[in-house]
Amino acid sequence: MKRNYGSIYSAPQALWVTVFFAAPLAIIVAYSFMKRDLYGGVLPSASLDAYKALANPTLLTVAWRTLWVSVLATVFTIMIALPCGYSIARSGNQAMRLFLVIVPFWTNFIIRVYAWIAILGNEGFINDILRAFGLTTDSVQFLYNQGAVILVLVYMYLPYAILPLFSTIDKFDFTLLEAARDLGASRMQALRKILLPNIRGGLVTAVLFTFIPMFGAYAVPLLVGGKDSYMLGNVIADQVTKTRNWPLASAISMGVTVLTGIAAIVFAFVSRRSSHPVIEESGIGPVSATAGIPSGGQA
Amino acid sequence: MKGSDVTVSGISKSFGAFKALKGVSLEIKKGEFFSLLGPSGCGKTTLLRVIAGFEDPDSGLVGIDGRDVSGLPPDKRRCNTVFQSYALFPHLTVFENVAFPLHIRRVPNRLLRELVMKHLSLVQLEAHADKKPSMLSGGQKQRVAIARALINEPSVLLLDEPLSALDAKLRQRMLVELDAIHDKVGITFIYVTHDQQEALSVSDRIAVMDQGNVLQIGSPQQIYENPASDFVARFIGETNLFIGVVKSRAGGFATVDAEGLGEILVEANGEAPVGARLSVAVRPEKIRIGIDAPGPHEELNVLKGVVEEPIYSGFQTKYIIHLAGGGAVTVFRQHANWSEGVPDIRWKDEVYLSWSARDSVVVESDASIRGAAANGSPTPSAK
Repeated sequence: MKRNYGSIYSAPQALWVTVFFAAPLAIIVAYSFMKRDLYGGVLPSASLDAYKALANPTLLTVAWRTLWVSVLATVFTIMIALPCGYSIARSGNQAMRLFLVIVPFWTNFIIRVYAWIAILGNEGFINDILRAFGLTTDSVQFLYNQGAVILVLVYMYLPYAILPLFSTIDKFDFTLLEAARDLGASRMQALRKILLPNIRGGLVTAVLFTFIPMFGAYAVPLLVGGKDSYMLGNVIADQVTKTRNWPLASAISMGVTVLTGIAAIVFAFVSRRSSHPVIEESGIGPVSATAGIPSGGQA
Repeated sequence: MKGSDVTVSGISKSFGAFKALKGVSLEIKKGEFFSLLGPSGCGKTTLLRVIAGFEDPDSGLVGIDGRDVSGLPPDKRRCNTVFQSYALFPHLTVFENVAFPLHIRRVPNRLLRELVMKHLSLVQLEAHADKKPSMLSGGQKQRVAIARALINEPSVLLLDEPLSALDAKLRQRMLVELDAIHDKVGITFIYVTHDQQEALSVSDRIAVMDQGNVLQIGSPQQIYENPASDFVARFIGETNLFIGVVKSRAGGFATVDAEGLGEILVEANGEAPVGARLSVAVRPEKIRIGIDAPGPHEELNVLKGVVEEPIYSGFQTKYIIHLAGGGAVTVFRQHANWSEGVPDIRWKDEVYLSWSARDSVVVESDASIRGAAANGSPTPSAK
């Protein structure tokens, strides 16, 4: 008899996920349905107060802003990561270039954000140069607005997009692009109709790896954003540390989790459907229709 | 003829320090089944890629129907390619793969469907239109690639070792099919292969290439029966190469003192003056082998030797015969009359070899090959 040791082998993993993921999530779910205690913490009585408070127009504004900022930042990230991943995959010294992509991780996240402040600040690097060339006498305000948040978010999460894109593009058979060119496709058509559908997996991963953490961003909008670039992550932190409304913080967290979950599912679904550009665009339709054509179709 | 003629003149191409093509020139006629044949690394695939437009040559011109296409990208040339790896688009079905070129040209649906089904029927794949390439066998993938390459109605079809991934039986069948498709569509086929059997059996003409040069261009018969050099003789089929010095001449024949063999009579037309050193090729199937000495006959070379290695392979036996002079000769003996009581020839038997002087071909002796052939032993070619 052969015993199945699978459950034993996976026990550490199960324990880890339970203690550090499932349990905290359960606590947040539980807290969100409780009454707030005055100085933080919760009172053990069921209540929907926190969810009712979600309908607050300020909160909805922040939620909407969080959504479009992270969508925009994700789009920019992918637009930069795609050519990056492609060129790394096709270059001779992949290891060196991948190393350069990963190097920023050797520096602490917060320090990298401060580096951007040093670059973009009123007394920062760029303003110094602008003044040196006499392009401005005053300083240009780069920081503390939506643009700065998006710029730094793109910078922070670029490697997370480049790496999965690189690894799928690297496995892509480039003869297919030659075949497409040979069959009459232009360079762009070949990339769009042949490369993109075949690296869908990497694309989906790259989008999720960047969109999800961006949607929950906290430090970046806090450090380089202004009052008008507050995101949901900041609101949650405020509710925990300043306003001390833990049930509301939990309810907003639940909202973030549910929204990202929905976005991820919708995106994965949409990208799967659009992976058949030939069918959709030319209206060939489900090809089963063509199978119905008897060989007389050649007449 | 619907095809185009293709002119390649003075094409050179280097990759770094490696010279893939060294000034290659070819004239390929309309509707011809033309093969580029050579060992791997000889430049045949590079030449095909230059014709297709995937590689820019360092120098030289490619002309299709007299028009210079050298600067044009692949999508602007009226030739299509069947790739060695098939290069089928894995995310599309068979139907969509074949429809791809029409889709790019925005061909209306009705016409598109008609053309695709017509081409699928040309390669007998109508029943598999809905399948993804991953669900097809090697031979089926190959046929999809052919249908896809033909659907734009190119005037030249380029085939890059299209059968190399198939097993031997299937390769034979696909070869016959390719030939039939060529007859049917009537366009120019340029076929790259390292397999001399493939090239011999389907080509109208063959260019034998080595190290970036074209060594000989001719019909399969010319290439096989009258190889222009040692290399061609050895690369195409199996052959015996003898190195020797011309002793005397009489009529159209020369007497050559061949190393390891002794004096042999060779048909020679002017190119072999007395004292010249040359190599002589004799195909193994041209040599008769027997236990008894053959009757006297003019222009017949007769040698005596010992069977060292009989290699039986069903339809024939290959013998390697060692001669008293130290040389060795390879002989093929067909089993056409096996049942008629012809005496079996066994290991260590003493045998007579004989061949007509007309079957000895003088091939120019080029220096790089001399070393390999100089020991006077037969040089069994690849496969």
